[in-house]
Amino acid sequence: MANEKYKSRTEILQGTLDLLILQTLEWGPRHGYALSKAIRTNSGEILRVDTGSLYPALHRLERAGWIAAEWKASEEGPRLKVYRLTAKGKRQLRREVSRWERITEAVAGVLRPAKQEVEP
Amino acid sequence: MNWRWLRTKRRNEELKEEVEAHLWLAEREGREEGHAENDARHAARREFGNVAMAEETTRDHWGMRWLDDFRQDLRGGVRMLRRSPGFTLLAVLCLTLGMGTNAAVFSAMEGVLFRPYPMVAHQERLMALVGTSRGDSEPTGISWPDFLDLRKSSTLADEMFVSKIMGTTLSLENRAETLPGSIVSANYFDAIGVRPMLGRGFLSGEDVGSNAHPVVVISYDLWHRLFKGDPEIVGKTQRLNGVVHTIVGVAPEGFHGTFVGWAMQFWVPASMEETFEAGGYKLEDRDARWMETFVRLKDGVTRQQAQQEVSAIAARLAATYPETNRGRGMQLWRLWQTPFNHARTLLPTLELMLVVGLFVLLIACANVGNLLLARSFVRRHEMSVRAAIGAGRARLLRQMLTEGLILAGLASGGALLVAYLSEHALVLFFPVSAGVAMYLPGELDWRVLCACAVVSVFSTLLLGLFPAVQASKIDVAAALKTEMAGVVGGGHGKAWARSTLVVVQVSLSFLLLVGAGLVMRSLQQLRGIDPGFSTRSVYVTPIALNGTGYDAARAKNFDDELLRRVRALPGVESAALARLAPLGVKSYSSSVIAADGYVAPADEQETVEYNEVGPEYFGTIGIPLAAGREFSKADDDNAALVTVVNETLAAKYWKGKDAVGQRMQVKGRWMTVVAVAKDSKYESVREAPRAFFYVPLRQNFAVSTTLHVRSEESAQALSAEVAREVKALDADLAAYELVPMGEVVRRATASQQAAVKMLAMLGGLALLLAAIGLYAVMAYAVSQSARELGLRMALGAGQYDLLRLVMVRGVKLTVIGVAVGAAVAIGLTRLMGDLLYRVSPRDPAAFGAAFVVMIVTAVAACFLPAWRAMRLDPMRTLRSGD
Repeated sequence: MANEKYKSRTEILQGTLDLLILQTLEWGPRHGYALSKAIRTNSGEILRVDTGSLYPALHRLERAGWIAAEWKASEEGPRLKVYRLTAKGKRQLRREVSRWERITEAVAGVLRPAKQEVEP
Repeated sequence: MNWRWLRTKRRNEELKEEVEAHLWLAEREGREEGHAENDARHAARREFGNVAMAEETTRDHWGMRWLDDFRQDLRGGVRMLRRSPGFTLLAVLCLTLGMGTNAAVFSAMEGVLFRPYPMVAHQERLMALVGTSRGDSEPTGISWPDFLDLRKSSTLADEMFVSKIMGTTLSLENRAETLPGSIVSANYFDAIGVRPMLGRGFLSGEDVGSNAHPVVVISYDLWHRLFKGDPEIVGKTQRLNGVVHTIVGVAPEGFHGTFVGWAMQFWVPASMEETFEAGGYKLEDRDARWMETFVRLKDGVTRQQAQQEVSAIAARLAATYPETNRGRGMQLWRLWQTPFNHARTLLPTLELMLVVGLFVLLIACANVGNLLLARSFVRRHEMSVRAAIGAGRARLLRQMLTEGLILAGLASGGALLVAYLSEHALVLFFPVSAGVAMYLPGELDWRVLCACAVVSVFSTLLLGLFPAVQASKIDVAAALKTEMAGVVGGGHGKAWARSTLVVVQVSLSFLLLVGAGLVMRSLQQLRGIDPGFSTRSVYVTPIALNGTGYDAARAKNFDDELLRRVRALPGVESAALARLAPLGVKSYSSSVIAADGYVAPADEQETVEYNEVGPEYFGTIGIPLAAGREFSKADDDNAALVTVVNETLAAKYWKGKDAVGQRMQVKGRWMTVVAVAKDSKYESVREAPRAFFYVPLRQNFAVSTTLHVRSEESAQALSAEVAREVKALDADLAAYELVPMGEVVRRATASQQAAVKMLAMLGGLALLLAAIGLYAVMAYAVSQSARELGLRMALGAGQYDLLRLVMVRGVKLTVIGVAVGAAVAIGLTRLMGDLLYRVSPRDPAAFGAAFVVMIVTAVAACFLPAWRAMRLDPMRTLRSGD
């Protein structure tokens, strides 16, 4: 039924998408399609960015001034909007990364003591 | 604003381009990986998800969305409505009827009550002036001397004028026709701010004297019908009631005078009063209260202030002229309460119409709300998906509201059309006397349009909001999972809302049916009233000798000869003359009376009305005499004065004594009572028994009379014969048709008849709407619970069990609605007051009939869906799942 197409999608945690975009752009400017492909490839096909969320996120980040965009002509086909990280965006990326690490550490901390109790 | 919009537009275009590029890249890659072109594109699209959605949410981040959204909603709404034309048509039709009814009622009310006189200036400051007398609640007219004194002394009135309805007979297209006209004060046209389109109005001083100024202003209509629009008409003459009048002006087109109910055809100054009014020269008689008077207050003066001044002046007049004005006062009434035209008769009917109109609108709104709601369930899937992929609740709400707005917009157009078509429809409700131009104003102007707009905005909010709130409450996960649930069986949440709407509809319709039933019962009662005279085999027709050059002596000869000839006609049992026939529009003569042996309480000055009647009158009209004898030919000018009193009068003045032989003083003359007549109806069939008496026509002669004929012949045959006899006596006279007394009584119940017709029509409309609503709910319930019904069938329920299941549910809703409606009706019908006559507001017959009609309608409305349920194929419904 109608809800099936949503089931297989691995949802990206709200807020994580921003981090993924900023991080991917740090490796170099990219257009939207390349960006989504890079995220998918780098995550070993696990993380799929729903394009319905990607462009809204890109425009949100552009508006916040963390990324900047430029139209570039492609060799064949339509011109492409290429995004790059701004200085402000770099600072934001640092903050997002450290926040992410704090969270993962915290989550790991929650998971680890349980094992320690069993093992000794 | 503009630059912002441009920026938004550019951004949207860029976004579109960006998305297109994305799709193009994905497609190319898909092709490289070896997919067929079509598959690749599809894969790309699928990958992307909802393109439109992405665009939509992206745009969110750039603001200025609402304009965009609105256009989108509008387009989406139109698309949705076009996709289900049946629904749209039904909804628009329901709303059109509801709103159209209201627009029509508003325009009628506005026309009759607030701005009744087209072209007349400053009607908002216009008041009716009526006379009052102590101990009598019925208002009287105003006398000419009182009017002059009041006009002289008043400081708060801007203008004060007289406009008294009367009539004349003219031969138009070879048929005698009664034309209503007005006797007016000379300032009339100046006071109302209407300029004749040809010639002039009246000059000051033309309302002074006895038959001194035979001048007339004719209506535009008459100018065309009688004079073929002759441009040289001013200065020509026309004989009116036998007196040659000079035509001094033609009133502009669209001006109908100042009388609610009839379109006036000509106007004469007050000095011509005795030519058109019975009772002789009255301009110097302070006791003759015959005039219908209007006062226009100065700007800023309130009715209370003006009333104080008028009362003070009236008190001064009472002190100065005690013999005529003792216990008399004057009152300013609001225009829509004007007692001397149809405004007052129409008022209760119009009030009822307003309420009924609102009911019909409510029912229509409930209907459309129901339809929208039904559709919102069908579209629940769409809504849930949209909610799941992030459309805001507010956005969904707005979408639904926009659809409601489109519906209301379409319906407003239709409503205006309905209102326009029924602009003068009010007239249709009233039985029209032969040959008289009836006129009840009803114009579509900005006020009506405003009222219509308010109604439509109100309906939109009501219509759009309800389903929208329902939709916005969608719990996404739950909605996606349990899309289809049984509705027929039980009170599932949303079904409850729809059932409530149906109950509301049914109860409102029931209320209207009860109202219609009560009014119908009243009419029945009114028809059942014994007027006290024969309604069968008696015919009346006016003999208008007034001012046709007949003096009293010639008129007496004419009367004698006419009676002799009519009595000789085949089939005529008897014939008699009287000044007035009962239940007519003209007023009886009246007098202060005193009786032998009766001491009136201080301050009481009873005025009693009387009729001047000839020999054989009582036998002809069929009023039985309780004691004594009819007037005879011998009761003439030379004989002793005699009178016949009715039972009520006899009982009051000579309680327990034999009234025959007693003496009574009328206009200062003593008369002997020769008979007591049974009570009958004099002015209205609804009046309570009241004192009344008769005097011989010959002792109180009137030139214009009414011929009463008792015969078994048909009205048509008799009319022709009487017309021939009249022509034989005087070739210049035109005769009217003979009117059966039964018809006279029917005309006297016009406002009841109008109310019956109107309520029956609107009640029928409401019933139809309620039936549609019930049908829609049941049909929807059956289609949505096909699976449940199929399951029941599979488990062994027979076809008739299913039929019963559906029918029982429909009838159950109806019964609840009827119960609610009945409870409300019991509280509300009391307010119908004046429209009910000898019928209890809780009349069981009216309630019973409404109940039966409602149940039968409900069963009929439920039958088709129930039948469809019965014919379901259980296998198919179960397999198809949803």
